[in-house]
Amino acid sequence: MTAALRQDAAPVAAPARVPLVSVEGLTVKFKGGDGSIAAVNGVDFTLERGKVLTILGESGSGKSVTLKAMMRLHPARKTTYGGKIMIGGRNILALSERELVQVRGSVVSMIFQEPMLAFDPVYTIGHQIAETVVRHEGVSRRDADKRALDLLEMVQIPSAARRLKAYPHEMSGGMRQRAMIALALSCRPDLLLADEPTTALDATVQMQVLVLLRQLQREMGMAVIFVTHDMGVAAEIADDVAVMYAGRFIEAGPVGPVIGKRLHPYTEGLLASTVHGASRGERLETIPGSPPNLAKLPSGCSFAPRCKYVEQRCRETEIPLFKPEPDHSARCLRIDR
Amino acid sequence: MAETTLPGMVPDTPVASRGYWSSVFRRLRGDWVTIFCLVVLLAIILSAIFAPWVAPVDPYKTSVIRRLKDIGTPGFPLGTDELGRDMLSRLIYGGRLSLLMGITPVINALVIGSLLGIVAGFVGGKINMVIMRTVDVFYAFPSVLLAIAISGALGAGLVNSIVSLTIVFVPPITRVAESVTTSVRNLDFVEAARASGAGSWTIIRVHVLGNVLGPVFVFATGLISVSIILASGLSFLGLGVRPPEPEWGLMLNTLRQSIYVNPWVCALPGVMIFITSICFNMMSDGLRAAMDVRA
Repeated sequence: MTAALRQDAAPVAAPARVPLVSVEGLTVKFKGGDGSIAAVNGVDFTLERGKVLTILGESGSGKSVTLKAMMRLHPARKTTYGGKIMIGGRNILALSERELVQVRGSVVSMIFQEPMLAFDPVYTIGHQIAETVVRHEGVSRRDADKRALDLLEMVQIPSAARRLKAYPHEMSGGMRQRAMIALALSCRPDLLLADEPTTALDATVQMQVLVLLRQLQREMGMAVIFVTHDMGVAAEIADDVAVMYAGRFIEAGPVGPVIGKRLHPYTEGLLASTVHGASRGERLETIPGSPPNLAKLPSGCSFAPRCKYVEQRCRETEIPLFKPEPDHSARCLRIDR
Repeated sequence: MAETTLPGMVPDTPVASRGYWSSVFRRLRGDWVTIFCLVVLLAIILSAIFAPWVAPVDPYKTSVIRRLKDIGTPGFPLGTDELGRDMLSRLIYGGRLSLLMGITPVINALVIGSLLGIVAGFVGGKINMVIMRTVDVFYAFPSVLLAIAISGALGAGLVNSIVSLTIVFVPPITRVAESVTTSVRNLDFVEAARASGAGSWTIIRVHVLGNVLGPVFVFATGLISVSIILASGLSFLGLGVRPPEPEWGLMLNTLRQSIYVNPWVCALPGVMIFITSICFNMMSDGLRAAMDVRA
């Protein structure tokens, strides 16, 4: 049960299999000019080494916020965290700023959605990769440059030696994203966070990057948390899938059951609204409405206003987590029956 | 330079590797206006530095009989001033003080202003408020008025006029540095750097400085022309150096009374001020274009 949601204090698992990542009751609140915004409202999951968890959701569902919280990347002054994020035995939310800097990039690293913007335009690719290697491993500049070359070859960038000296704007989008992956993997992290890394790429390059990521993940035995809104991408790369809505995991489990059985109406809606879900000639289904305002969430089920199966009791109580199967869970009252 | 990568195409021969400065130089080489300005400025600066060797005669040597000679007088190629001193020598020597008074305040302001701007932009919040609102107070005065007011309060003299011009140029540089820092701070690559374990100090040193110094430097070179004009203005009003020191603004002032006697000679210091400041301006524009990596 890797990415299963856990209700209450779940019975402690056998200590022999301590998961790499274990998140309990994570909440993230942003202080704004007019009150606070609850972007993440209680997320629990565990992730073992060598597994890929995909977080699926619409824009504004809190998936990227959750991901950045794994490294405490949100601006400290405006953000309040709650709960616990254990990565390799460290509670990220309790680390000092100095310890955090040690963890970022070496234990946990991240690839971003826009490879153009994620590189500093005034330095070469090689310089930026070597910089990170020097920072974490204290090796000489020459060794770091050599490592950067190996990394570019590892992510299959052609003529890597010359690409090291290229500036970000001199490379194509797919190439930049590969370089971004090389940068993220430069210090062999245990956990890789991927924030929609394929969204900004065109379809053929998307597939290449996904295959590469999957391959590198298997070779290096990393755990990956992959955030996307694309069902197809999720199915391609994930071991486990968690569907996120209004700052909560509303359904989670292994990729097969989640996509096959779809316990939650929202998951159903997401699948129905992809091109793969409909047959030719049929009209694509959409989920009416838009995600709720995180500053004032509705009481009860936060999906209720858009749900086609909505009942009176949905709006009355917090929806508990139901587990029809040991590792597949969802927050919907319909499962109860 | 223009390497086009078509989608899906894997280029076999990628761009030739080259450093940042060599690519700046290469772009500069094709821009003959900038090069011309650079050459003129270099000539003015070098002749000012090596004035004792370059100037034909002593710039302080007066003569009652050869006052206000025309341009082209044998022995005095640019004529003589109202006290019979050689104009060419005085213009060459004058460059020393004029350039010093023009460039030093901008360099001072560059250091102080970028520091203030980067701190304000990076830290944000209350510190940003305090720094930027203070800067705004200085912005409320026209720069000429401010320079004259400060100089007047401090008293005439070289150091005082440099101090007053520095105070005039700190606010605009701070503002540019702050706005660039604020925009850089929110870009993805700063977050990416943070995600790869860079501390605040590393981010300021590598990413903020690397991206802020370029635009601020270019902006500052553009200010040099204004600074030279303001410095000359202060001297013209008697707030800069004192006679008999040769300084372009001061020379313009002392030759003012002779303008109906020999207008061409009297205009020469102004011509020097004009040439120097316009060359700095054009050079600044050329540098701006050449230093943009993305161009």
